[in-house]
Amino acid sequence: MSNTPEDLKYTKEHEWVRDNGDGTLTVGITDHAQDALGDLVYIEMPEVGRQVDAAEACAVVESVKAASDIYSPVGGEVTEVNVALGDAPETINDDPYDAGWMFKLRMSDASQLDGLLDAAGYEALVAEEE
Amino acid sequence: MLAAIGIERIDDLFDEIPPGLKASDLPGIPPALSEMDVGRLMQQRSRQDGQPLCFIGAGAYDHHIPAAVWQIVTRGEFYSAYTPYQAEASQGTLQVLYEFQSMMTALTGLDVSNASLYDGASALAEAVLMAVRANRKCKSRRVLVPRALHPVYRRTLHTIVHQQGIELVEIPFDGRGGHTALEQIEAFGDGAFAALIINQPNFFGILEEVGALTDWAHQRNALVIGVVNPVALALLSPPGDWGKTGADIACGEAQPLGMPLASGGPYAGFLCCKQALMRQLPGRIAGRTLDLDGKPGFTLTLQAREQHIRRSKATSNICTNQGLLVTAATIHMALLGAEGLERVAAACHANTVKLSDMLCELSGVEPLFDRPVFHESALRLPVPTADLLRALAAHNLLGGYNLGPSYPELDPALLVCATEMRTEADSTTYAENLSRVVVARTQVRCPLKPRV
Repeated sequence: MSNTPEDLKYTKEHEWVRDNGDGTLTVGITDHAQDALGDLVYIEMPEVGRQVDAAEACAVVESVKAASDIYSPVGGEVTEVNVALGDAPETINDDPYDAGWMFKLRMSDASQLDGLLDAAGYEALVAEEE
Repeated sequence: MLAAIGIERIDDLFDEIPPGLKASDLPGIPPALSEMDVGRLMQQRSRQDGQPLCFIGAGAYDHHIPAAVWQIVTRGEFYSAYTPYQAEASQGTLQVLYEFQSMMTALTGLDVSNASLYDGASALAEAVLMAVRANRKCKSRRVLVPRALHPVYRRTLHTIVHQQGIELVEIPFDGRGGHTALEQIEAFGDGAFAALIINQPNFFGILEEVGALTDWAHQRNALVIGVVNPVALALLSPPGDWGKTGADIACGEAQPLGMPLASGGPYAGFLCCKQALMRQLPGRIAGRTLDLDGKPGFTLTLQAREQHIRRSKATSNICTNQGLLVTAATIHMALLGAEGLERVAAACHANTVKLSDMLCELSGVEPLFDRPVFHESALRLPVPTADLLRALAAHNLLGGYNLGPSYPELDPALLVCATEMRTEADSTTYAENLSRVVVARTQVRCPLKPRV
């Protein structure tokens, strides 16, 4: 059973979202997602300063068997990316919710958070997909 | 077979395709022929080509191919109807692809090579798509294309990229030098552009000032795509060394490496790039790895971006390579070695310069441009090019490429090439015949009628 922390929000595309409380969000992929993808070998990050819409493809995670788009959970501006993943993409496999974070966003509209899933909702989604 | 898989008719297998999408008739496609009939047709066609003395280059070159090349390539282990990529069954094929890539990175001075594409022109189109995708410093979709690039490459490029919102901007060549002059391209540097294509040598055989052009493009945040001749690279500085930081991508036609002219194909394209662009490199890439027991082995690598995995988001929808021709290129390069390839390149250059000098002794024939060439030379003629080529063909001579149709501003003009295959006697034969044809067409008739 994969790990799904209670204090995070989730998307149907298997990203997690942490509300940093200052108008910014941290985004990564879930434990379930990293497990399904297998060993990650490359992460393509968005550029800092890029404006993204909700559900816009803005990053790519590549494993030995697939390359998948990562969608922005909400609209906003990319403020920071986890450059450490460039040399160590496997960090996402080892620690998806902490050291394996991918990018930070400044939300254009905080109400967009309401549309995301909570931990129970995400677990139900995963159970349904399986 | 149908019974074994539980269907009645072969058409049942295609039920999923909506009827509206199925091609019904294929007009213009003749009925199937037997092997015997096809053999006869091919014999007829190849007889039409004859065995002329060939002084035409323009993208495909008549080089010597050691007999061992195709002897080895046609061994059963290599000569397959389909590309065998299963690592457990195809170590030999995969190793050849890996060696080919290693040789191409050595020739181009770049970090990564793919296992080839269909031909030089489509490799350039992939290079352009790749550059536009990969250039993160510049969002422009304009690409600067020299007019001194092969006209067929320019047409192929347009066909493949124009529906993808990429704008191709033609940059002129210098009327005296035949090269792409820095002063002239300044005018195109105002707006942003994603990439500059540099053709070395260019279509007229002229050597471009690749270092200055590369630095000029890099200063404007554009990527540099080198379109290069692999034989010329044995002598010229490799794209990876151009300017201060080197070209970003190099591509070209691998035909000069062991592939016969064969009436125009099949040939193979190559595509190499810097490591930073590796993830944008389309096509097959063979890699070396270790198996479970720690023994070295070969396998396809970086496949996650290919269409069988990424579907419509693949780096390219042409994920195949020219396996057999690449095998020929690899064996050809291995037999020649770096020194052999260098000698071929030097002989081509020397023979072409000698031929050009010989032809220019004729009145009215002169070089179109005053810059150094590699193994082709553009000549101005005193007579219409098509007439001249027809007259030479009657003497079993392929006199060169008629520049007029693609470059009306140069007409009447001819592009000639003498590879290492052309002896001095061959060139003399050409010069004598050219002289006769030119004299017959330019001589003023005697104004006085002879008295009988």
